[in-house]
Amino acid sequence: MQISFTLNGRPTTVDVEPATLVAELLREQLNLTGTHIGCDTSQCGACVVHLDGLPVKSCTLLAPALAGATLLTIEGLQGAPGSNQMHPMQEAFREHHGLQCGFCTPGMLMTAVALATEKPDLTEADVRHGLEGNICRCTGYQNIVVSVMAGAAAMNAAKNAGNGE
Amino acid sequence: MGNVIGIGAAPKRKEDQRFLTGRGNYVSDIKRPGMTAGVFVRSPHGHAVLRGIDKSAALASPGVIAVLTGDDVKADGLGSLPCGWGISDAKGVPMKEPPFPMLAQGKVRFVGDMVAFVIAETPEQANAGAELLKVDYEVLPSVVGVLEAVRPDAPQLFDDVPNNICCDWELGDKAAVETAFRKAAHVAKLSLVNNRLIGNPMEPRAAIAEYEPGTDRFTLWTTSQFPHVVRFLMGALVLNIPQHKLRVVAPDVGGGFGVKQFHYGEEAVITWAAKRVKRPVKWVASRSEGYVSDRHGRDHVTEAELALDENGKFLAFRVNTLANMGGYLSTFGPNIPTNLYGPLLGGVYTTPAIYCNVKVVFTNTVPVDAYRGAGRPEATFVLERIVDVAASEMGIDRVEIRRRNMIPKEAYPYQTPVLVQYDSGDPMGCLDGALVAADVKNFGVRKAASASKGKFRGLGYSTYVEACGLAPSRFAGRLGARGGLYESATVRVHPTGQVTVMIGTHNHGQGHETTFAQIVSDKLGVAFENVDIVFGDTDRVQFGMGTYGSRSLVVGGAALSKATDKVIAKGKKIASHLLEAAEVDIQFESGKFSVAGTDRMKTFEEIAGAAYVPHNYPLEVLEPGLEEQAYYDPVNFTYPGGCHIAEVEVDPETGTVTLVNYTAVDDVGTVINPMIVEGQLHGGIVQGVGQALFENAVYDEGSGQLLSGSLMDYCMPRADHLPMMKVATHSTLCTHTPMGVKGCGEVGTIGSPAAVINAVVDALSHLGVTHVDMPATPNRIWRLLQNASLPVAAE
Repeated sequence: MQISFTLNGRPTTVDVEPATLVAELLREQLNLTGTHIGCDTSQCGACVVHLDGLPVKSCTLLAPALAGATLLTIEGLQGAPGSNQMHPMQEAFREHHGLQCGFCTPGMLMTAVALATEKPDLTEADVRHGLEGNICRCTGYQNIVVSVMAGAAAMNAAKNAGNGE
Repeated sequence: MGNVIGIGAAPKRKEDQRFLTGRGNYVSDIKRPGMTAGVFVRSPHGHAVLRGIDKSAALASPGVIAVLTGDDVKADGLGSLPCGWGISDAKGVPMKEPPFPMLAQGKVRFVGDMVAFVIAETPEQANAGAELLKVDYEVLPSVVGVLEAVRPDAPQLFDDVPNNICCDWELGDKAAVETAFRKAAHVAKLSLVNNRLIGNPMEPRAAIAEYEPGTDRFTLWTTSQFPHVVRFLMGALVLNIPQHKLRVVAPDVGGGFGVKQFHYGEEAVITWAAKRVKRPVKWVASRSEGYVSDRHGRDHVTEAELALDENGKFLAFRVNTLANMGGYLSTFGPNIPTNLYGPLLGGVYTTPAIYCNVKVVFTNTVPVDAYRGAGRPEATFVLERIVDVAASEMGIDRVEIRRRNMIPKEAYPYQTPVLVQYDSGDPMGCLDGALVAADVKNFGVRKAASASKGKFRGLGYSTYVEACGLAPSRFAGRLGARGGLYESATVRVHPTGQVTVMIGTHNHGQGHETTFAQIVSDKLGVAFENVDIVFGDTDRVQFGMGTYGSRSLVVGGAALSKATDKVIAKGKKIASHLLEAAEVDIQFESGKFSVAGTDRMKTFEEIAGAAYVPHNYPLEVLEPGLEEQAYYDPVNFTYPGGCHIAEVEVDPETGTVTLVNYTAVDDVGTVINPMIVEGQLHGGIVQGVGQALFENAVYDEGSGQLLSGSLMDYCMPRADHLPMMKVATHSTLCTHTPMGVKGCGEVGTIGSPAAVINAVVDALSHLGVTHVDMPATPNRIWRLLQNASLPVAAE
């Protein structure tokens, strides 16, 4: 079946088997391999993307659910339009060593951006609770938590600066 | 023009850009033209005779290209999966080493044992074909626990391995230990289980193989920590492919932790299959498939006894362990619970006599091999637990008993009674640092605060040492290693002065692209951004043993350091020629070659350029080019260690243990990049905390089914299980590595389980609890409290 949706800001139409999972569609058909598959029970969160602005596990979402929707993947995450820079959350992960092997990182970032968007004044407890659906085996989470809090602060600062203009 | 960023600085990681933007290159991301998909059919039984396989329905399924079984392997005359270590018993009798066929032949010996490989046009078609494969099993009783496996009436996995004992291994002076026990004022005894673990790197294993008929060459892309070793083991010993006709690539790998440092049958089957079907073949494991095929870790049952004099001085230590090997010997399997376990039983103490017996046992479970720490966490757990038991029984403070027995800083180098000689260390310094950092003096206040909420608070110590930087080949060879354990590095200086390093270690999260670039930047005075590190490809990197055993910086970094020294030496020859001065008068400092006592100099870039434009070269004594290679084989292991202090709160209503504070002060030698070292410590500690509180691989006795077979059933640590940890380093320098480094990849996982369990026992000690097995789950703690029928704290 044909499905049209907005992918990372661009109108996209794909011809896909209805039983295709969004994670597979992205990786196999659209060659967007930044969305990772780390488990088969919706536990690990390596595949998190934003569907209409909300974080979802793309390994548990069928492609037809994309019809008419807006999808953002790690490849579409970026700083201010035209700035050619990374998103403040990506910068924060680099600054605070919030990643090691990088496999969980795209899902962590997508979840983190959603958390910070939903609640600008995140506490450490909010972040730890909010990351419950994302597993990392490398970092012990400590630097991820630090990164998410710093990234959220940077997003806030950018938003406030934008409002002030 | 960038900056020199040297040793001790904390630049942000070079590798982060691609991972942060979704542009990593993992095996499962790779597509090859004409690629087919393969799936493995695995045994659903723990133990069964394989009576026959009917391929016909599977072969007739749409899209199916081929179905391969153990009979096909046999018909092609292929080898079995090799074990890299051959250990022996006390009489020198070699271990039992039954063949490990890449696809099962005659029998299956664990749930997950590979029976067939189905290749089709798409993964869906391969799965559909696999469903139609008819395998005729005669199911046999399984045995999964080591205690059960050594009983006379236990099911036997191999006809020629009685009682399922692969090897009855021992170490130490048994008679001296018995003598010391007879003189002891006190003997502490402890029985414990070291729980079986599943490594769970976040990237499941995957492989792609391709055969090029035009050149008769194979390429295997695999999620491996050591591609050169895979090339050797698989090419030379399994598939009979000449080394120069086989390329193994391990690109970005999403975590390893030991799980990816073995040569797996899947790699061999796929490579063999690619030539048979004349098309590239890809296989990607699901997480659940990983649970029944990734090598597991730990799984010991141990009885330990510590003899002490009336002052609490350790006189002798005796340990008897049954270690689970699973259904076959994996690449390093028998080495882990023996050579990486017994020699660590001295810990940081002056115990004069130690004896260790390990029975290595086959069971109907996934083969057991190295998992982060590998043998050393098990040794540390036994020792640090029994020290606490002895302290409690003798009424000596737990810190005090450790101090009375610790090796003083000035006693290094220190020869233990169990083979190893520690070159340097300061366990007392680490302990003192940790006591302050953990604010132990105010623990009583915190305990009282917990008590006022009806919670029990406990504090636990682990003062430990490990052996890493694997490994001195001569020493390893005496212990049964069948290969060398050196490392190699090539430093290629381009005509423009930028540098590419080819190194045989593998970066899968450890930050090598950054740390190694710092070493080169520091030593050669070139800008950090002008150094790139190449790894993970046998066609690009000369040779190497890969990354495991906290060896990359210790052994690989030393090879890199040696190679840069050779570049400097060659640069001096070039400078001597260009500056018309004697070679002995040329000095190299901060990226400049100068003539001593003059202002005549050439920059590193000028020398690099001149190396490739050899006009007027004295060619008889000076070759063009600037590229040097070094191999480094260490003279000893390195011995990182430290003191970990865990603080827990136990809720007696639910049995839930909450880790509330964690402090680690570790001696890892010279720190090249403190940011990366801290990250390694954080991750290592949490893997140890996972073992202590959450993780457990559970098999059903009899059926051999893995009950904890998915992320739904096997509890991985999550962000909200953990407090902010305090980590710090208290370094003494390694005396035999070029930069004084000791390695930091495994310390966290080695030190932490004992600290956490000691804290849990401390929290419950007023109720008469003397030991808690791992993992200290709410269920286990709640039952312990109920069985003790003790009063639960008032609301």
